Amino acid sequence: MDMKVAKKKLGTKEKYRLMTRDLGWETTYQTKEDVFPYVGYEGIKIHDWDKWEDPFRLTMDSYWKYQAEKERKFYAIIDAHAQNNGHLNLTDARYLSALKIFLQAISPGEYAAHKGFARVGREFPGVGTQVACQMQAIDEIRHAQTQIHAMSNYNRYYNGFHAFADTRDRIWYTSVARSFFDDSMSAGPFEFMIAIGFSFEYVLTNLLFVPFMSGAAYNGDMATVTFGFSAQSDEARHMTLGLECIKFMLEQDPANLPIVQEWIDKWFWRGFRVLGLVSTMMDYMLPKRVMSWREAWEIYGVENGGALFKDLARYGIKPPKGWDDAEKAIDHMSHQFMLGLYQWSFGTAFHSWIPSEDDMDWLSAKYPETFDKYYRPRWKHIKKLADAGTPFKNYGLAKLCQTCQLPCVFTEPDDPTLTCHRETVYKDETYHFCSDGCQHIFEHEPEKYVQAWLPMPQIFQDPINGDLGEWMKWVSLIDGKDNGDYAGSEDQKNFETWRGMATSNQ
Amino acid sequence: MAVAAIKEYVGVPRDLVANFNGKQLVYASWDRHLLFAAPFLLCVPPEMPFGELVNGPLSMLVQADPDAAAIDWSTVEWLKANQPWTPDFSLSLAANGIGHKDQLRFRTAGVNTLSAKA
Repeated sequence: MDMKVAKKKLGTKEKYRLMTRDLGWETTYQTKEDVFPYVGYEGIKIHDWDKWEDPFRLTMDSYWKYQAEKERKFYAIIDAHAQNNGHLNLTDARYLSALKIFLQAISPGEYAAHKGFARVGREFPGVGTQVACQMQAIDEIRHAQTQIHAMSNYNRYYNGFHAFADTRDRIWYTSVARSFFDDSMSAGPFEFMIAIGFSFEYVLTNLLFVPFMSGAAYNGDMATVTFGFSAQSDEARHMTLGLECIKFMLEQDPANLPIVQEWIDKWFWRGFRVLGLVSTMMDYMLPKRVMSWREAWEIYGVENGGALFKDLARYGIKPPKGWDDAEKAIDHMSHQFMLGLYQWSFGTAFHSWIPSEDDMDWLSAKYPETFDKYYRPRWKHIKKLADAGTPFKNYGLAKLCQTCQLPCVFTEPDDPTLTCHRETVYKDETYHFCSDGCQHIFEHEPEKYVQAWLPMPQIFQDPINGDLGEWMKWVSLIDGKDNGDYAGSEDQKNFETWRGMATSNQ
Repeated sequence: MAVAAIKEYVGVPRDLVANFNGKQLVYASWDRHLLFAAPFLLCVPPEMPFGELVNGPLSMLVQADPDAAAIDWSTVEWLKANQPWTPDFSLSLAANGIGHKDQLRFRTAGVNTLSAKA
């Protein structure tokens, strides 16, 4: 007769121990150094990997369960959105420019982060770290996929969505984000964790996702709101991983502090330049705006970031080196960047436009010290040129920064009427920068940044050799459809026609 | 500083002058005229006379600014690599010492319609 044995159920703590920490083993026929060859060369000293704390204690089986549930909800809403012509609920099709930039510049970054976390999950010896990185790698590829799926519905009706991968690789305004991720993925595992896990996920992610998702909600884009919600619970885990990682490095050895500080300085500034894209979206591209870029910076940069660095001060960490220059740029950057996007709009796979009088009054109220003084006169002159039938197109193209790869649109920190010119000579070659922050990053590792693939100089090399039409083909930009002013565009015409059909009897 | 790496790390620059099929890059900007969002990128042969660069592509590009007609090229102040510099309009870029990726700036004191005082 069989004996009945009470089935033993594992407690959460035990389950976590058995199903994560116990998955590791001591190597016998290979040395630890041979199995984990990349963990030492950056100079970070780790004495005890078991000190790594995973505050979530998530096991793989529960991870799959949660994620599957979220996917089911997400796709149900996306399907409903597609079937009910959700795109006609947008405030205005100008909103789509923000979405196009997101798809071209940021979603591929999620995919890059996936590759990066998959790699560092292999390169770190600690089991807790490996499992946390593996989960984040899967999260990131899921985010890339859900974003692409959510936006694919817009691709059925509107221009500028169809070639986001080529846009990401080859066009000029996305290279600030592309180079950010390339830079992190070609760094060692610890620097990658500071770059993505800490600077991006912890310090900057709120400035990117919160305004973007609220912007979507304000402008009737339920598809984007849905992927935002689906990603949100992952982000909380990512932020915790980033913070845990930096504390772990700082607690393991005092010699790690100067290395970590250098990385924080670097990746804060690189991230801040990526946020330049977000600033234009918040101040100019949302038909119904959530808050100004300045207001977002006050909440998510000054308040939250300030509290974080206060917390890290006990380890000897100082706020990032570029913080003061960033603060000086806040009231200028969106205007300086947007003026660039508009004048080079023949080369953008999204539409831009001259702000209306109402828009300019809003900008003037949000930027009382700067907009009327510096930027309204330029927009008014551009409007005058457009009204005269000679719209302003700057075919001069632009000098790009060797580090962040943005056009050098930014001014001296203390003189908003003068472009910031910075250059240096390294091994007989001249290199240019948009700021002291970017020059400092270059000078710390010149051999790395001399290799930068800068989109504008590339136009004058093989195989394009300066031919703008060939360049458009090569970046998959359809002239007259994807690019140029929103006024008179196919997107504008179609949206107005379809919305008219949905809301009237004409 | 050297790049931290597991073996010798040597980078190959992507924008060497040899990649531009006999031409070179020149960056040019008009100080305090920020209608033009960034310094212009020009790709021109080093044999081009400086005067031709100024009267050709550069003059054409700055047309959109209301001050364009007021530029007196014989009196503008020039900077090269952020240092004061005097070009010879009849000589080539090469003879003027304008190398690949050099940044030229010019100033028209007192002429800036669209720019506020700092």
